[in-house]
Amino acid sequence: MTTHYLILSALLFAIGGIGVLIRRNAIVVFMCVELMLNACNLAFVTFARQHGNIEGQVIAFFVMIVAAAEVVVGLAIIVTIFRTRRSASVDDASLLKY
Amino acid sequence: MEPAEILSNPGGAIGVGWLMIVLPLLGAAVLLLGGRRTDKWGHYFGVLMALASFVVAALVFFQLLGFAPGERRRGVSLYEFIPGVADMGLLIDPLSVSFALLITGVGSLIHIYSIGYMSHDHDRRRFFAYLNLFVAAMLLLVLADNYVALFVGWEGVGLASYLLIGFWQFKPTAATAAKKAFVVNRVGDFGLLVAIFIMFTSFGSVAFGEVFAKAGAESQGTITAIGLLLLLGACGKSAQLPLQSWLLDAMEGPTPVSALIHAATMVTAGVYLVVRSGAAFFPGEGTASLVVTIVGVATLLAGAIIGTAKDDIKKALAGSTMSQIGYMMLAAGLGPVGYAFAIAHLISHGFFKANLFLGAGSVMHAMNDQVDMRKYGGLRKYLPITFITFFIGYLAIIGFPLLSGYFTKDGIIETTMEHNAILGWLAVVGAGITGFYMSRLVFMTFFGKARWDEGVKPHESPAVMTWPLILLAIGSVVLGAFLIVGNRLMIFLGPAVGRPEELPEFHAVSPVGLATLALVALGAAYAWLKYGRQEVPAVAPRGSVLTTFARRDLYGDALNEALFMRPGQWLTRLAVWFDNRGIDGLVNGLAAGIGGTSGRLRRIQTGYVRSYALSIFVGAAILAGAWFVVGTL
Amino acid sequence: MGETVTFWVLAVASVAAALGLVFSRKAVYSALMLGVVMLSLAVLYAVQDAPFLAAVQIIVYTGAVMMLFLFVLMLVGVDSSDSLVETLRGQRFWAFLAGLGFAVLLALGFGNVVFAAPTGLAAVNQAGNVPSLAEAIFTRYVFAFEVTSALLITAALGAMVLAHRERAEAKATQKDLSRARFVAFGETGANPASLPGPGTYARHNAIDMPALLPDGSISQLSVNRHLARHTEELLEERSGELDASETPVAEITEGENSK
Repeated sequence: MTTHYLILSALLFAIGGIGVLIRRNAIVVFMCVELMLNACNLAFVTFARQHGNIEGQVIAFFVMIVAAAEVVVGLAIIVTIFRTRRSASVDDASLLKY
Repeated sequence: MEPAEILSNPGGAIGVGWLMIVLPLLGAAVLLLGGRRTDKWGHYFGVLMALASFVVAALVFFQLLGFAPGERRRGVSLYEFIPGVADMGLLIDPLSVSFALLITGVGSLIHIYSIGYMSHDHDRRRFFAYLNLFVAAMLLLVLADNYVALFVGWEGVGLASYLLIGFWQFKPTAATAAKKAFVVNRVGDFGLLVAIFIMFTSFGSVAFGEVFAKAGAESQGTITAIGLLLLLGACGKSAQLPLQSWLLDAMEGPTPVSALIHAATMVTAGVYLVVRSGAAFFPGEGTASLVVTIVGVATLLAGAIIGTAKDDIKKALAGSTMSQIGYMMLAAGLGPVGYAFAIAHLISHGFFKANLFLGAGSVMHAMNDQVDMRKYGGLRKYLPITFITFFIGYLAIIGFPLLSGYFTKDGIIETTMEHNAILGWLAVVGAGITGFYMSRLVFMTFFGKARWDEGVKPHESPAVMTWPLILLAIGSVVLGAFLIVGNRLMIFLGPAVGRPEELPEFHAVSPVGLATLALVALGAAYAWLKYGRQEVPAVAPRGSVLTTFARRDLYGDALNEALFMRPGQWLTRLAVWFDNRGIDGLVNGLAAGIGGTSGRLRRIQTGYVRSYALSIFVGAAILAGAWFVVGTL
Repeated sequence: MGETVTFWVLAVASVAAALGLVFSRKAVYSALMLGVVMLSLAVLYAVQDAPFLAAVQIIVYTGAVMMLFLFVLMLVGVDSSDSLVETLRGQRFWAFLAGLGFAVLLALGFGNVVFAAPTGLAAVNQAGNVPSLAEAIFTRYVFAFEVTSALLITAALGAMVLAHRERAEAKATQKDLSRARFVAFGETGANPASLPGPGTYARHNAIDMPALLPDGSISQLSVNRHLARHTEELLEERSGELDASETPVAEITEGENSK
């Protein structure tokens, strides 16, 4: 049973990773990052149950908090960029090239 | 008889014998460092230093005579450089004193002559500085008591020769000739250096005393090798075959230079080296000595043949010098029985060749520096003193009875004949050719019709130039008899270089001597017929193959070019090509490679966040894979 | 048994939703898919003896964070859709390869591990899940807790600073706006009046109901164009209520003068 949860977590993580690489809309990219974080949370909770240790859930809890804070700041940045550049595409911020 | 032991410094003139070297060196230093300020009195100062050196040499000579013959080798220690290995010191013995007297005596006369000859030259002071430098270096060469100090003097005279041949730097031919002399000498120097290296490794020391003492214990192969290498050095300095090509070109320098360096002294340094090293390396038997005699005979014939075809008076005399030194080498290669004859001929040759060269300089001075003998003719009425002294020198060199050359050259020929008949007869033939070309020179210059250029008014030279000529002519007359009759020189030099127990008898008239005289007379007669009686053509006639052969210096230059110069140039070009393509290619290629690689690598930085994210993700995947494979991290 | 069924159902659902999140063209659809994933995960937490986390997941994550996403979507452009053409060469290929490889690797890794029967949190949760969590957080991890609080405050401040816009000039007052409208009317003939409001009917007074012009036709200005998509259908539905037999008077559109 534990293995199943872990494989599900890995799958969700991989799908989130692919999404980060493929999508161009900044907000959708952000959402895929959230997906990856959730997958990690699932893994933590699974292991907490496996080892009978509450600390897995503690870590998942903290991950959630930090993810929330991160979403706040990240979206604010996206909004600011959108105001000046009128575009939410990730590909437009490409000035640091050779 | 073996050479005597070297004793300690007895003080007196010998104790300050180093003044002989230091005084001219001081002269050179003052005149070179003083610069234009010393122009007014520079020449007098130079002459003074040369004369002072002669005075010291004479004092040393007389002090040496005061000792018993077995006590006449004195070592004067000057400076201990590396104890037991390299000490600077002087060896005052009959051989070195003879040379010192010759160098300073003839040298002073030439210094005095140069006051007049170079009076119109703007750089006269520099000339005297270089002459003084030469005298100092040559004296160091002959007075040194070890091979390294000898080598320092050797290089010093090479330097002075280079500076003096190229004295008129603005002449491209002079500069080239100076370079040629230096480079060809270098080949000889290489031989001398390697010989010194071998000596050091074999004997542990380079001092004469030590080397000669230990030479007996060394293997024959090493001794022969050292001997041949020393011979190579001597050939370079004395313009013997195969290193003879520089001597004729060296006539580009002023005539006093040709007289002093390339007739009387520097070119005799090679003979000095052979005679000094004779006790150990050239004892008369063995390979090295044989090679010395062969080189001597070959050179005396080559020099004579070259001398017959030259129209330039100085070049003809240069060919003659080459030939006479061949005689000296031949004698030196015969062993202790020949050393004294070699040195006797060297000393008398110093006098009469200097006489001939200074006479030629006097003629050139009268003819507006013209050197082509085809433009001379009938000068004996206009240059009486020059003519008389020149004629005396001429008689001396061809071996006219009772003059110097008769005694010394005949001595060499007779000694050679006893040793090896073939070489002896070749030497006789050489004497005949000498008679021919010297007579040709005299007849073309002083006899016959005047063939001068427009506006040439020959006049006799001033006293400052004619007095040295007179003194040298006197020497040319008496020295030969003085040194040879009664074996005076051989007995004097005995303690220094060894001599045969039985002193040779001097035969006033001998079959060989008569044959020689006959050939000489034949040569002179032929020259009279061709050049004294007939008209001398203004332009040199085409002549036969032999004439061309002789005019081109026996193709010596062509041979050097083909064997050494061209391959050397190809080698240089190859090295340059290799440097440009190979090494530069490597370095530049490396730089270009790095530039190209970085040019390609920087395209990874696309600026797109997603490609960066991709690389992170791929990296993470690889890490996970590695973790999986390795098991633990 | 119950857990297994729950797991399989929710696993399929969440994976499908995740794929939908990644591959849907419209951003709002992606947001909703993410919501589905989060809810599924919340249930899975509950199944795994983490009821508190399940609740927090729903309330904080889905309820607050996802809504924040939707708000920003609204600001940024809800109809901005990604074109499907990939601009970076090889990006798709390598992305799929990496992702697939990653998933396979992890799956293999996990598959090779032999787990004993899960210990379960029954022992730990004796006093209840929340008290044991609280005990862990406020004793052993109190430092992390305090730091995280500071982080939250900083994030809030940061968002305020980033989103704040300094007014370069003074805010236009109502008088200024009115004046500007009449100037525009004088120059271009633009309508100086405000837009008409939505229609209010006996049975429908939502803002997506259009207002009627005097001749019975629909005022296009009275309803938001996004919401107006449904106007046609609604009108047909309610045709009985409206008298559409009369010839519609020409619409007063923006920028036209009534002559």
